[in-house]
Amino acid sequence: MSTTTAIKAKQRPGDRVFSGSAVFAGSMILVTLAAVAIFLIVQSIPAFFATGEDASILPTNFWAYVGPLVFGTVWAATLALIMAIPVSIGIALFISHYAPRRLASVLGYIVDLLAAVPSVVFGLWGIGVLAPAVQPLYSWLVDNLGWFPLYSGPVSGTGRTILTAGIVLAVMVLPIMTAICREVFLQTPVLHEEAALALGATRWEMIRTAVLPFGRSGIISASVLGLGRALGETMAVAMVLSASGAVTFQLLTSVNPSTIAANIALSFPEAYGMNVNVLIATGLILFIVTFAVNAFARWIVSRRKEFSGAN
Amino acid sequence: MTTTTKPDTATAVPIENSLTAGRLPAPAPWIILGAAIAVGAAVFGVLALAGNEFNWGGALVVGALLYIPSIWLFSMLVEGRRRAMDRLVTALVTGAFVLAMIPLISLTITVVTYGLARFDAEFFSYSMRNVTGEGGGALHAIVGTLLITGAAAIISIPIGLMTSIYLVEYGRGRLARGITFLVDVMTGIPSIVAGLFAYALFSIFLGPGTRTGIAGAVALSVLMIPVVVRSSEEMLRLVPNELREAAYALGVPKWLTIVKVVLPTSIAGITTGITLAIARVIGETAPLLIAAGFTASMNYNLFDGRMSSLPVFVYTQYANQGNPPEAYLDRAWAAALTLILIVMALNLIARLVARFFAPKFGR
Repeated sequence: MSTTTAIKAKQRPGDRVFSGSAVFAGSMILVTLAAVAIFLIVQSIPAFFATGEDASILPTNFWAYVGPLVFGTVWAATLALIMAIPVSIGIALFISHYAPRRLASVLGYIVDLLAAVPSVVFGLWGIGVLAPAVQPLYSWLVDNLGWFPLYSGPVSGTGRTILTAGIVLAVMVLPIMTAICREVFLQTPVLHEEAALALGATRWEMIRTAVLPFGRSGIISASVLGLGRALGETMAVAMVLSASGAVTFQLLTSVNPSTIAANIALSFPEAYGMNVNVLIATGLILFIVTFAVNAFARWIVSRRKEFSGAN
Repeated sequence: MTTTTKPDTATAVPIENSLTAGRLPAPAPWIILGAAIAVGAAVFGVLALAGNEFNWGGALVVGALLYIPSIWLFSMLVEGRRRAMDRLVTALVTGAFVLAMIPLISLTITVVTYGLARFDAEFFSYSMRNVTGEGGGALHAIVGTLLITGAAAIISIPIGLMTSIYLVEYGRGRLARGITFLVDVMTGIPSIVAGLFAYALFSIFLGPGTRTGIAGAVALSVLMIPVVVRSSEEMLRLVPNELREAAYALGVPKWLTIVKVVLPTSIAGITTGITLAIARVIGETAPLLIAAGFTASMNYNLFDGRMSSLPVFVYTQYANQGNPPEAYLDRAWAAALTLILIVMALNLIARLVARFFAPKFGR
């Protein structure tokens, strides 16, 4: 289409209007993202210099307030990823290389159904089903493995700890990570796989030597995209986690750090005055962090051009 | 591939078959799995005799955990180290899939059983105005969800579709590359940040504390536009170039080619993508909680006053429990069930459109 021709094509008004509106729509994307950044920055500038006297939710200054939240956000997302990465690679391998061919697409669809469940429903489920179900396990861990720093007590009576929030987050990021891993695994050159099998490799050896090296960048970008999702997930964490704002690595106690997103959702409806600006400023920090994480993931994906990415 | 054992050659022939020698017989994994679950059941059976309730979940989990080392051990004894490793990985990979199914099944069962308690006519015909305690319904939230999501769709679909047309048909050079990159990044914007953006936008122009349905719609469109762009772009790229060239050769202008040839060819895929995008944003809670707020009354006006939506209704019913709390929780679960049914219906429609209206390329 882009071949240069000597003859200039006739310009019709319809063409101009149409291409003009297409360019306009495209630029709207740039405008929207710029507007998101600008409005958040404008609203949060006052908060950066606020003290406990200006805004009632600040202990001393803004950074002392946002620090524990950043820690909680990163810690919860890390826990989620530690659980989600091996499981999602396993599911992707199961669908791409182990399940019967005819079942594979149905199984993929079933995993995608998890992505369709709204996060507020995950929150309800986390409180109503998951937390009571894992609480006995937590007591057991504290009683028997309490010497291990992460498991030290006293155990939370409700089960609504950072680990439960991490489990819910892991379930929520599983579908997107599985979808990307699955797509890369399916793109492994069949000749490589057949060559490995022909040399007498078992199925696992074939996967280890042909599929996993080929899919490494896909696995990495899936993990980073999952990290972006886990960092920004709001309602499930806000509902499941019973947060106290402390900075602690302990997984099973009732003293848990909150996350930025959950803290905004919980505090925003009742916020007034400068508190609103403080909360928007924490949102700006979340925006910058997730923007960087996602840009990094896309950069990894774009280094491998043949893999188009499973949004 | 590794399990090429044919049952007839394995059982009937008395001479040892060199192909199947040194292999576990085909049903062996199932027998081991059954034995492992039986052991798990026995363990919990003993516990049940001691007075605890019999724990089915625990029995299955212990069985599965027992199966993984035992299949490795048996395979190690009969088949050697390499095949044992293969069996172990097969068990682990299958286990990962089963593990992911547990929350899905548990969630479905929970939502249906708890949700049916208040899934009645009153729930769909009453708002929460002047309701404390039992009774009441979510009509205001359902109307709000439909209005806000509809407005978000009206904003997002033209922008998203035209952007994808720009990227596929017109876009060259730095602007197109920049837009592609930013759309990808926009897909990952946390939903709460979109809500904060809409709130900041409207509070700067309309005064602080403004919460309206249209602000929620703007927040949702920030989340929806990139999804629409990505899916429509993919569909437009699937249209064969020969179709475009044939149209140009007949002297059809470019914009008419797009409207009359490219779009009709890809309309099924685009519809699927848009439906899935709607399904994605209809369950968003955080941005609506911040930008649109919540109310107990009906509100049909997007531009005036707070507006409830189903996900926010679920959250507020759970978070602000009154007396008796069961009434509030029942309403929350019923709204969750309604929400899941809507999302599933949208997903189903999307799949059906993709299946039945896809163009036939004669491949």
